Amino acid sequence: MILASLVDMSRLQFALTAMFHWIFVPLTIGLGVIIALMETYYVRTGNEFWKRTTRFWMKIFAINFAIGVATGIILEFQFGTNWSNYAWFVGDIFGAPLAIEGMLAFFLESTFFAIMFFGWNKVSKNVHLLSTWLVSLGTILSAFWILIANAWMQFPVGMEFNPDTVRNEMVDFWAVVTSPVAVNKFIHTATNAFVLGSVVVIGICCWYLLQKREEEFSRRSIKIAAVFGLISLVVLIWTGDGSAYHVGKKQPMKLAAMEGLYKSKEGTPLVAIGILNPRKDIRRMKEDSLSYMLESPYIFNISIPEGLSLLANRKMGTIVPGIEDILNGGYTYTNRNGEEKIAPPIEERMQRGRIAAEALATYNKARISGDEANMTEAKKVLDENFDHFGYAYIKDPVEIVPNVPLVFYSFRIMVILGGFFLLFFSLTIYFERKAIIGKQRWFQYLGIISIPLVYICSQCGWIVAEVGRQPWTIQDLLPVSASVSSVSSSAVLTTIILFFALFTALLAAEIGIMIKVIRKGPEA
Amino acid sequence: MLYFLQHYWWMVVSLLGAGLVFLMFVQGGQTLLFLTTRNKEEKTLLVNTFGHKWELTFTTLVTFGGAIFASFPLYYSTSFGGAYWLWIAILFLFVIQAVSYEYRGKAGNVFGARTYEGFLFLNGMFGTILLGVAVGTFFTGGEFIMNKNSLTETLSPTISYWANATHGLDTIVVPFNLAMGIVVFLAARTLGTMYVIMQVDSPELVSRCKKQLRITASAFVVGFVLLLIALFTMTGYSVTPETGIITPVKYKYFINMTTLIWPLIMLSAGVLLVLTGIISSLSEKSRYSFYMTGAGVFLAVWSLLICAAFNNTAFFVSKVDPQMSLTLYNSSSSTFTLKVMAYASLLMPFVAGYIVYVWRALTKTQISSDDINRPDAHKY
Repeated sequence: MILASLVDMSRLQFALTAMFHWIFVPLTIGLGVIIALMETYYVRTGNEFWKRTTRFWMKIFAINFAIGVATGIILEFQFGTNWSNYAWFVGDIFGAPLAIEGMLAFFLESTFFAIMFFGWNKVSKNVHLLSTWLVSLGTILSAFWILIANAWMQFPVGMEFNPDTVRNEMVDFWAVVTSPVAVNKFIHTATNAFVLGSVVVIGICCWYLLQKREEEFSRRSIKIAAVFGLISLVVLIWTGDGSAYHVGKKQPMKLAAMEGLYKSKEGTPLVAIGILNPRKDIRRMKEDSLSYMLESPYIFNISIPEGLSLLANRKMGTIVPGIEDILNGGYTYTNRNGEEKIAPPIEERMQRGRIAAEALATYNKARISGDEANMTEAKKVLDENFDHFGYAYIKDPVEIVPNVPLVFYSFRIMVILGGFFLLFFSLTIYFERKAIIGKQRWFQYLGIISIPLVYICSQCGWIVAEVGRQPWTIQDLLPVSASVSSVSSSAVLTTIILFFALFTALLAAEIGIMIKVIRKGPEA
Repeated sequence: MLYFLQHYWWMVVSLLGAGLVFLMFVQGGQTLLFLTTRNKEEKTLLVNTFGHKWELTFTTLVTFGGAIFASFPLYYSTSFGGAYWLWIAILFLFVIQAVSYEYRGKAGNVFGARTYEGFLFLNGMFGTILLGVAVGTFFTGGEFIMNKNSLTETLSPTISYWANATHGLDTIVVPFNLAMGIVVFLAARTLGTMYVIMQVDSPELVSRCKKQLRITASAFVVGFVLLLIALFTMTGYSVTPETGIITPVKYKYFINMTTLIWPLIMLSAGVLLVLTGIISSLSEKSRYSFYMTGAGVFLAVWSLLICAAFNNTAFFVSKVDPQMSLTLYNSSSSTFTLKVMAYASLLMPFVAGYIVYVWRALTKTQISSDDINRPDAHKY
């Protein structure tokens, strides 16, 4: 119980910081490109209008940049402070992208940030433009390395377990960097940031239009943001589809939770909209199996026939396993070596996990006593069962089921809002081309409302990705309960309270400053 | 190969650590905000002077963290996860800094300029002291337990933890650590003051800073000498690479310096540069005093950090059981990972090159109030 609360507290602290970080970072990544595009116009045309426009959006960028940096360092440190076992177990692989991010991306953005803001009169126009592009590139590269690290946790490739050092070690750097999950995740997340930046630009401009001021500034900014946003959104949706495919193959439990799917059949449908039945609780499956079976997973749902089979398997008539199917085993999944395997029941995986852990203990005892025969034997057993290592720490099969409602609803909100933004960008471009955007007051209101909506959409994406993979920090190899540092839960609670207070204060200040800057407008 | 890479990466991590201590002149400068400035205009001038550089310090801290995580993950796990409160306190003190530059002068910042100035002061004073304390633990160790094989205990698999309930707060009251913290703070403040003398176009503020410099720099030099005496008379722990057995050795760090020689040369050159820089800054208007003292601090810190782990020295000693101490051999990443990162690190000179370019572009002229009040200036 104490451990459970420590794990929960540590998860809450990390989630709080990550979500707070993700308020500011996507805006800087998205705005970075938009600003660089605007400044390119300025340098090419020499029109002072574009310089003013660029400088205004740079102000918004700067306000968000500092706080993004500040919250980023908390995340980095937390891998050590709160997840110390994790830091050792996979530090050999996970640490490298973090270090490379610092060396090659973070220095790039923070160094040229100085030129971007203080160098207008100190370097030539071209050098300044180059600096702006380099800052933008730096923010994107930063995201690239971080998402490689994150993707690796979801699909741990390019590594081997070394029993001598009791940790996983990297054996193939390119496999880590070019893992299909990593590439897809990076494009999906980066385009998400581009979309977010575009929507914020359009939203702020809509406010100006509503106030009947800064018309030229707003229309031209909207034009760039809408086209950039729409292109990004198309890629975003395409990689979203790719993401679901990878999840289906490599993290089937996450997909089952996203769908609220308990028991599957051939030609699995996709729930378009639905309300989950709160009484359908997997923990009751064993205790009260009859009433559990009688409960429908949904109170209400509209489903697309064959939808999930198509999404996850690219083939009609196929099965996508549900939560119960995964607990019972027998379905096909892709292991971290890229091989298709028939999944054993979770009980069996737990047993094999314990065999792996015991073999590791035997190996180390044999190593200390110099018993080579026993070492070889134990290593063989460990290798045979290592794919299930993380299950050694699972006490009850249902522990591997994430919070279904949270993942289910977050996924739907994300997808529905994604569809909404497709319409939104299309309408923006249409109104702008017809030169009637200044007259569409309802649309201007919609533009403003879109700002919180795009944040909700983005955050929901993170919830799906991160809550959906629970309880694993490293898929199948290490659960959160075995990753956490040994600090008291009250210590973690105290830091949560401190962080929460600090974040609330900083967010209030950030919003206050943003409102003032926007009110003053680009001419200030 | 692994032996070389472990030492190479300790050199890189130490280099980043030394770079960080040098760049903390920004933090040191922030502590001048309250007593040295006379009015709001001077405060703004000071904030903008250091505002052009704070990002670089912050990035170095982040990269230092990332590099030590990637190259010596067991240190990351043991120190960060064990000395929880020490690192969390450092985190807080740096988070409040990052936002303060951007928010301080802006309308709508909710808490008023003085709050953010307070944040900058806290970061400058206690951020440097606590980072110094953390550096001190490379020599004094910590109350931790570390056993990698605990991972197979499925009910309590934690491989390392702090052996007392303070979770690292006890490191602050270790006299050597605290002294290290204070010396790091004094170094930062000395450098910060010298940076103002070099970079700010305000005779009044500069003359007050020169007065300040006399006090701070003297305290720094005396503190540093005392710290060196303490360090060189200290008992360190030596590891036998073949067996991994760790044994106490009297005057270990002095022995390291005199055995390796080159860190001693670096340290001596560092001390000389520090003194020359300080003296020239006080006596005449030398444009390069800050750089001299900065290079001196950088060299001295680099040599001390090298000394903490080279020559088969345990760099994070467990006070509970010295056999659980961390050495370059038992805490590093694998040969493969260290090699991959070593390739990546070959780009560091290029990174350093553009940092120097940008530094020069922004530092070639002095900063004045007129400068920052220009309508098209990005003012903090």
